Amino acid sequence: MSGFHEGSAMLLSNFVLPNDLHVHWSMMIVLYPYITGLVDGAFIIAALYYLFDVKSLKPVARFSLLFALAFLCCATLPLLLHLGRPERNLNMLLTPSPSSAMAGFGYIYAVSMGVLGFIVLFVYRADLVKLKQHSRGIMKLIYRLLTFDCDDLSPRAMALDDRIIKILVGLGIPVAAFLHGYVGFIFGGVKANPTWATPLMPVIFLFSACVSGIAAIVLAYIVIRKFTGKFIDGPCIITCIKTLTGFFILAFSFEMLEVFSHSYLKSGYHHMVEGLLNGPLATSFWLWQVKICSGIPLVLLAIMAFIKLQQPRYNLLAAGVSAILLLQVFIMRWNVVIGGQLMSKSARGYTVFHPEWFDKEGILAVIVVMLIPFVILFILGKIFPFWTEEQNG
Amino acid sequence: MKIEQAPPQLDRRAFIQKVLTGSVTGSLLLIYPMGGGDALDMLQPSTIPNIPEQIPGIRDEEYDIHERKFAFIVDITRCIGCGSCCVADKREYNVPDGNYRTWVERYIKDFDDQVYVDCPNGGLDGYQTPRTDIDAPVRDTFFVPKLCNMCKEAPCVQVCPVGATFTTPDGFVLMDSDRCVGCGYCIQACPYSSRFLNPITHTAEKCTWCYHRVRKGLLPACVEVCPTGARKFGSLKDETSEVYKILKGPGVLTVLKESMGTWPALYYLGARLEVI
Repeated sequence: MSGFHEGSAMLLSNFVLPNDLHVHWSMMIVLYPYITGLVDGAFIIAALYYLFDVKSLKPVARFSLLFALAFLCCATLPLLLHLGRPERNLNMLLTPSPSSAMAGFGYIYAVSMGVLGFIVLFVYRADLVKLKQHSRGIMKLIYRLLTFDCDDLSPRAMALDDRIIKILVGLGIPVAAFLHGYVGFIFGGVKANPTWATPLMPVIFLFSACVSGIAAIVLAYIVIRKFTGKFIDGPCIITCIKTLTGFFILAFSFEMLEVFSHSYLKSGYHHMVEGLLNGPLATSFWLWQVKICSGIPLVLLAIMAFIKLQQPRYNLLAAGVSAILLLQVFIMRWNVVIGGQLMSKSARGYTVFHPEWFDKEGILAVIVVMLIPFVILFILGKIFPFWTEEQNG
Repeated sequence: MKIEQAPPQLDRRAFIQKVLTGSVTGSLLLIYPMGGGDALDMLQPSTIPNIPEQIPGIRDEEYDIHERKFAFIVDITRCIGCGSCCVADKREYNVPDGNYRTWVERYIKDFDDQVYVDCPNGGLDGYQTPRTDIDAPVRDTFFVPKLCNMCKEAPCVQVCPVGATFTTPDGFVLMDSDRCVGCGYCIQACPYSSRFLNPITHTAEKCTWCYHRVRKGLLPACVEVCPTGARKFGSLKDETSEVYKILKGPGVLTVLKESMGTWPALYYLGARLEVI
C-alpha cells in the first residue's frame, strides 16, 4: 500500500448487501430485450424495402415482416414468466404510474403490434385475395377474415394499398425504434446501477437490436432457402450484410465507448465497473462478447467487404457471421442484465448467478420461449407465403 | 346394556328454521367486518393496544397527514451489533429467511486502514464472536444498522409501473402488496438495496418504519427494542423529541449515498467515511 489513497481496499471484503445476493432479473429479462431487438432489426429490413425502396431487399422484405410479427407475438412471454404476480399484468395498462419508464411498455407494445399487424395485412392483401379464391373450408374463412372480405385488386385499390403501406411503415420505424430504445432506457434509467445508468444505453440497445434482427433475417433466409432447395438471392444477401456491417460498427463502437467512458471518467463507482469487467465478467465480456463474437465478425465482415468472393462462399460467410452476431447480441444482453446485477450496491463486492434448468425463468424455459416464435412463424408461413411465386420459381 | 337413543327430530319446520338461521348468521358474519383485515382499520384509534404512547401527540390529536413529519436517526457510535432490532423486525413482519427489511453490518478496520465488512444472516444472530479470517491486527470495529431511507425523491416510487409503491403525505414510502405485480423494478432502483421480492407473496417488500405502529403512537419495532438507543425515531413537529433536537442541533449528520439525489429521511450520526 502506498500513497494516501487506498481505494483498492474497497473490494477487500467482497461484501454483498444481504438483499443483493439474489439476482432478481434473470434470464427472462435477458430474453426480453433480445426478442424485441430481433423484431426491431427485422422490421428495419422491411422498412428499407417498403419505405426507402431498396429494391435488392425484395426477396426478404415480406419474410422479415412475418419474422418480426412472430417474435413480437412472444415479446411479452418472458415478462409474464418473470413477473411475481403475472395475473396482475394488466394493471400496467389499467393503472399505470405515469412516472415509471416501465409503465409505457404495454402501450408501446400494443401500438407496435397494431402497426405491424396492419402492415402485414396490407402487404399481403393481393396474395391473400388470390389465395382465398383457391382455398376452401377453414382456410377460406381465415383468408376472408384477413382480407376483410374485400376482393378489390383494381389498380386504384393497389395504389391506395401502396400508399397505406408507406404510411404504416413510416409510422412503424419510429415505433420500432422507440420500442427498443425504450427497452434500453428501462435499464439506462436505473441510477442505482452504475453500469446501466448511462444515456448511451438506449442507443446501444437500438443498434445492437438492428444487428441481431438483420443477422437473424440473413441466417433464417439462407437456412430456409438452402433446406427447401431454393435459390438464394445474392444481391439481397450483399445488401443485408452491408447494412449489418454498418449497424454492427455503430453498435460495437458505442459498446466500447461506454466502457471507455467509465474507464476515462473514473466517476462514482468506477472501481466496481472495472472490477466487474475484469472479474466476474472477464470471460463473458472480454473473451466472448468482445474478442470472439465481435472481433471475428469484424474480420469476416471486412473480408466480405473488401475481397471479391464467389456468391456461395459469400453466402456461407454471411450465415456464419450472422450466427456469431446473434450470439454476440445475446451475450451483450446477458452481460448488461445479469452482469449489471452482479455488482452489489454495497460497492464492495459481487454476487454470483447460477442459472437453473427447471425454474420458470430457467434454461429450459428460455429454450421453450425461443422456440415458440419459430412455431408461430411456421404457422404464419402456412397462411402468409414467405416468398413470392417468382422467388419460388 | 342397551342405550336408548333419542329419535332424530324429523320435524320439517324445525329443520328449515335451523338451516335458515344458520345461513343468515353465516352471511352476516361474512359481510360484517371483523377487524384486523383492512389496512385502514388497523390505523383506527379503537385498535390501539393497551400500551403507553411512545410518540407523544399522536393519540390525543387529530392526525393531519399533511402536517406530520418524522425522522429516523441511527447513531452508529451506540450500536453494539446485538441484532435485537433485526429479530424484532423479523417477528413483526414474519420476514422470510434470507430476506431483510433491516440489517446490521459489521465494519472492521485494521492498522493499514483496510476495511472489512460483513453481515452474516443480516446480523440477526448478533455479532457474538469476532471475525477469525482477518490476519491483520484489528484497530477498530463498529456496526451500521441499515433500513429503508424513506427518500423524499424515492427512485422506487418513481419506477413502480403500477403505483404499488407510493409516498404518503407524512413522508413514508409504503408498498401496496395487493397492487404489486412483482416486476422487481423497485428492487433494481433502490440504491440502498432495502427491498426484496417476498418468496411467498411474490411481491416486493420493504421496511415501512412500522407505519402501522407510528399511527398508533408507537415506536417502530426496531427502535423500541434497541437496548442502547442507537435507533431513534420521532416527530419533527415535536420540539421536545430527541430526533428534533439532534437534527436541529449542531452535530454532524450524514445520509447514505447523498450523490444519488434521493434525499433520505434516515440520518446517520457518527457514520464514518467507510460507510456506504
